[in-house]
Amino acid sequence: MPFKYPLVLFQNRKPDRVATLDEYRESGGYEALEKFIGGGISPKEVIRLVTESGLLGRGGAGFPAGMKWAAVPDSSPFPRYLVANSDEMEPGTFKDRMLLHVDPHCVIEGMALAAYSFSGSKAFFFVRPSYESSAAILERELENARKAGFLGNRILGTDFSFDIVVHRSGGRYICGEASALLNAIMGKRPNPVKPPPYPTEKGLWEKPTVVNNVETLANVPHILRNGPEWFKSLSATEHGAGTKIYGISGRVSRPGAVELPIGTRLSEIIDLHCGGMASGSKFKACLPGGASTRFLTPEHYDIPMDFEDLKKIGNRLGTAAIMVFDQNTCLLGATLNLMEFFARESCGWCTPCREGLPYMRDLLWRIENGEGKEEFIPNLRMLCKQVWNSYCALAPGAAEPVISLLDFFEDEVRQHISEKGCPFHAKADH
Amino acid sequence: MLPDELKFKLREMIAGAESPREKAIDVMFAIQELQGWMSDEAMVEAAELLGMTPLELEELATFYDYIYRSPVGRYVIKVCDSTVCWLQGHQRVIDYISSRLSIPMGGTSADGLFTLLPVCCIGYCDRAPAMVVNNRVFGNLTPEKIDRVLTQLAEKADFSGSE
Repeated sequence: MPFKYPLVLFQNRKPDRVATLDEYRESGGYEALEKFIGGGISPKEVIRLVTESGLLGRGGAGFPAGMKWAAVPDSSPFPRYLVANSDEMEPGTFKDRMLLHVDPHCVIEGMALAAYSFSGSKAFFFVRPSYESSAAILERELENARKAGFLGNRILGTDFSFDIVVHRSGGRYICGEASALLNAIMGKRPNPVKPPPYPTEKGLWEKPTVVNNVETLANVPHILRNGPEWFKSLSATEHGAGTKIYGISGRVSRPGAVELPIGTRLSEIIDLHCGGMASGSKFKACLPGGASTRFLTPEHYDIPMDFEDLKKIGNRLGTAAIMVFDQNTCLLGATLNLMEFFARESCGWCTPCREGLPYMRDLLWRIENGEGKEEFIPNLRMLCKQVWNSYCALAPGAAEPVISLLDFFEDEVRQHISEKGCPFHAKADH
Repeated sequence: MLPDELKFKLREMIAGAESPREKAIDVMFAIQELQGWMSDEAMVEAAELLGMTPLELEELATFYDYIYRSPVGRYVIKVCDSTVCWLQGHQRVIDYISSRLSIPMGGTSADGLFTLLPVCCIGYCDRAPAMVVNNRVFGNLTPEKIDRVLTQLAEKADFSGSE
């Protein structure tokens, strides 16, 4: 295969099973833990190296990982908590599940090192119900890590003690939002909470708490073992750092998760790593980073898939979950489906989201089903602005596909209105 | 009444937590594993174990997709209806299961074995269309595969585990 790149997070990927602790160790696993924790290297050094590496959070927001750890004040009380966010309920996204099924110890070692950086003693691995297989794998491998002395009391004979528990969610999209997630863990109704104080100061049970995405954590052992310069050199662009797990789904030949240099062009991802578009399909648009990003049109088919490059065209890398649509897909229908999701999953805490999203869904539904009116278009645009008044970032995220539908595919929307129905309905299989 | 054996297990589980209510979901999952759903009686007993009022527990039970406050079949079939599954024909999956089991969406089959529900994206977009049955996921669904899965489940006296 052309364009073969070094694998980092997926280096121990097997076709049909999970990599074992021994296999992870053979590939250099737990060397960083032995060196930094076992060797008593200062936690500040861990933060410095990870900050220097340019690792940006992989959960969607792209916040520098090292800076988040550094935000835990030195003087803050104990115990301090780490949370690995594996809620992963953003439609299209399945990379964290893949990571757990490929190399769970990479995540475990990353969690131990992250916690070490801010003297955390306990971590919660927060996981959604449909990922019960990931939860079961992790619980089994946590036991193996404890037996090997990599977790538990006095790790490797040092003063540092740390352990991880799996916390199963009851399943709701809002739980992926960091502040709501903390409420969920504490057994409260998971409504979001507005900072300040930030969780790094007052999180779980009022104690300092860091919430990191699973892929972010999995990168940490590799950065510490190989150095920040190595990590930067993995990127396909000058400004990026590291590799990225892209999860591609929809109308491509081979949907799945691939690890590539961050900033790999969309065209290369689809044409070379997913076997091109599905038979008979032509690229019409994609959502580049989950349901809360904007439709990306063919003119940007060559875009480097990195945080900065997508920001430049007014889009976001998000979770790098690429959902691909072809010429037979009704994008109004797709947007309606997305809005069904957001409206249903709204936690109901604030009015703009609870009332605004169902209103948008209703307008989209009426256009799709031949009851559309011209004035619905400005109405939808207004609502996209209004939802910015909501309490957390999920409702503005829900407006992103709608805004881009109106910006890039207004003709298609108008065609629904003038023809009193969906022009794709006869052709499409949905 | 919850069996003593279960109560003992739940008390042990709760004792290991930072605070009792942290285990609210685990407790409800364990009860559902035994009796399928959270009855009013089970809510009262679970709340007591967790040091919560039944109303506080209700706040959680009614919030989450995987907690059931009315009886469900032994296997709860949740068909993903989010974007990628929609694109890959989730409606055909729903129609097929619905007609095979002679139940509408939300219904439970006459033999009490299956309940059919919609669910938002379950994170198996690479294997769309997909469904989750209890805690096990099945992807790349075709009528033949659905037949196979439903037949196996119906035949199996005990079923658990994950893909």
